[in-house]
Amino acid sequence: MPPAPVLETHGLTVRFGGHVAVDAVTCAFAPGELVAIVGPNGAGKTTYFNLISGQIPASAGTVMLAGRDITRASASSRTRAGLGRAFQLTNLFPNLTVRENVRLACQARLGRGFRLFSLASDDRELTAEAEAILARVRLASLAGQTVAALSHGDQRKLEVAILIALDPLVYMFDEPTAGMSADEAPVVLDLIAELKADAGRAILLVEHKMDVIGKLADRIIVLHNGALAADGEPAEVIASDVVQEAYLGRDLTEPAPEPAPEPTPESTGETPHV
Amino acid sequence: MFFGRLISGDRPGSPILAIVLIAILLGLAFAPFLFPGTRSLDTAARICIFIALAASYDLLLGYTGIVSFAHVMFFGIGAYGAALGLDGLGRGFGSIAIGAAGGAVAAAALAFVIGLFSLRVRAIFFAMITLAVASAFAVMVSQFSDITGGEDGFSFKVPRELTPAFKIADGKLFGVSLNGKLLLYYFVFTGCLVLFLALLRVVNSPFGRVLQAIRENDFRAEAIGFRVVRYRIAATCLSAVAAALAGSLFAVWLRYAGPDAVLSFEIMVDVLLMVVIGGMGTMWGAVIGATLFVIAQSYLREVMGALSDATEGAPLLPDLFNPDRWLLWLGVIFVLSVYFFPTGVVGRLRGKD
Repeated sequence: MPPAPVLETHGLTVRFGGHVAVDAVTCAFAPGELVAIVGPNGAGKTTYFNLISGQIPASAGTVMLAGRDITRASASSRTRAGLGRAFQLTNLFPNLTVRENVRLACQARLGRGFRLFSLASDDRELTAEAEAILARVRLASLAGQTVAALSHGDQRKLEVAILIALDPLVYMFDEPTAGMSADEAPVVLDLIAELKADAGRAILLVEHKMDVIGKLADRIIVLHNGALAADGEPAEVIASDVVQEAYLGRDLTEPAPEPAPEPTPESTGETPHV
Repeated sequence: MFFGRLISGDRPGSPILAIVLIAILLGLAFAPFLFPGTRSLDTAARICIFIALAASYDLLLGYTGIVSFAHVMFFGIGAYGAALGLDGLGRGFGSIAIGAAGGAVAAAALAFVIGLFSLRVRAIFFAMITLAVASAFAVMVSQFSDITGGEDGFSFKVPRELTPAFKIADGKLFGVSLNGKLLLYYFVFTGCLVLFLALLRVVNSPFGRVLQAIRENDFRAEAIGFRVVRYRIAATCLSAVAAALAGSLFAVWLRYAGPDAVLSFEIMVDVLLMVVIGGMGTMWGAVIGATLFVIAQSYLREVMGALSDATEGAPLLPDLFNPDRWLLWLGVIFVLSVYFFPTGVVGRLRGKD
């Protein structure tokens, strides 16, 4: 008997005009499980993420988080309910320091936003927590830098740090290693593996690199033209016809080449290829 | 240490800036003795009030990233609040308190309603709404002349302790007579100092950090779990209240409230320039911007008159420096300062250009 799912989508659908970008996706994610979501560009992976985390409203279907229907909840209330989302394009507070970025996420989680007349710098508990998380993602030495001065790889690590600070029930990573150099990507992947070892949390991962998925994922789901095309063990899904077809016959046991950047606007919604 | 907490740990961040700020503080604190004379005292009081007003606007513009054109409307609401309190309830400190509190509550309520209906949508929409509401309010004030005195405004009596007729003690201190006018100045100075320090605390509070996050990336602020609209509305109300209180102090100082003095769109533009010239997103910028601006407004004509006399005989120059052309030069100074200091005087001094 598998544990009760922490996140479920039932017939989740979104239509843009006449185009169905996500087509009745029904799927469940259990605590402690790392699920990779794959599919060609425009398959609706990021749109599926946006529907789950509330960046765009669903046309039909429901999203359940820990047994609660959150389909109509705002993005911020979904986050407070335990959904942690990292974005495909780095999405941070550029002119604040690295430490402040993480501190804000801790502050949001603890609901310490409406304190008007205390000093932010007096909350040492928050600063200490932020410092600890930064050490964990190997950014401690850059804590005082502004984010705009960081390298792309460090900014991606900071995205992970913010998610850790939110301490969510469900982590959602949208291509966390996109654009990272070969020696930086493993750091982020190790962090995700660590989060998986923490247990009790579900991790959703959109990723193109098949070697990465093969090592990390417990399960793979395949989206194709917005619909769920396959769902199962990594080995069997990778070998299945639907994946071979979806990836246009590419041999998926080989590492996939870096995909072309997805069309705009990635941060909120993927424009499907027509 | 105590001083550090008083300024909420928000250090100026540049030695020159620190010296200038201390000089402004001391200059304003001892203005009646350092710069005797009615006119210079009036300039000092205006600097105090505009520092508070510009700081309250910076909370919105520089810290939260909201452009509002209704800020001077809230200033005016506070001014009329105190004025109506003193006019209707008689000259007394209780009347000032009731009038100012009434103005602050009215300003907060109006800011709340404007925010509720327009901060959910795009920022440009909020700016347009504030422009429309501020214009409508100005028309209303001039139409309801039974209450507001219309275009002429109205004068009123302030508590006797705040008038020149009231003697604190016989004789003079450093050549300054110790009368109610001196008390009035320190009433305004203290009020503005408290307002400024309160605003400085707010921007350095956990709440202030969230406002900066919203300014930087509202999409992400929402995505990490902050209800962005609530914070924007709260910031709008807070800055409206601070502006209203500054307006109350201004009315008491002027012993008069009228549309040109407390409600005109020119003041709105002035405040916007003060914040931009001083440096957006830093409360110290409001201090620098307001001080520079009010001094330029008050004394540029004198300086030009002197220059015009000094260059007499030279071609063109005396005409160029004719005191009647002071607005032209004020404009030139602003264009140059925005061009050369895009991050404001404070940003420049901190080396963040």
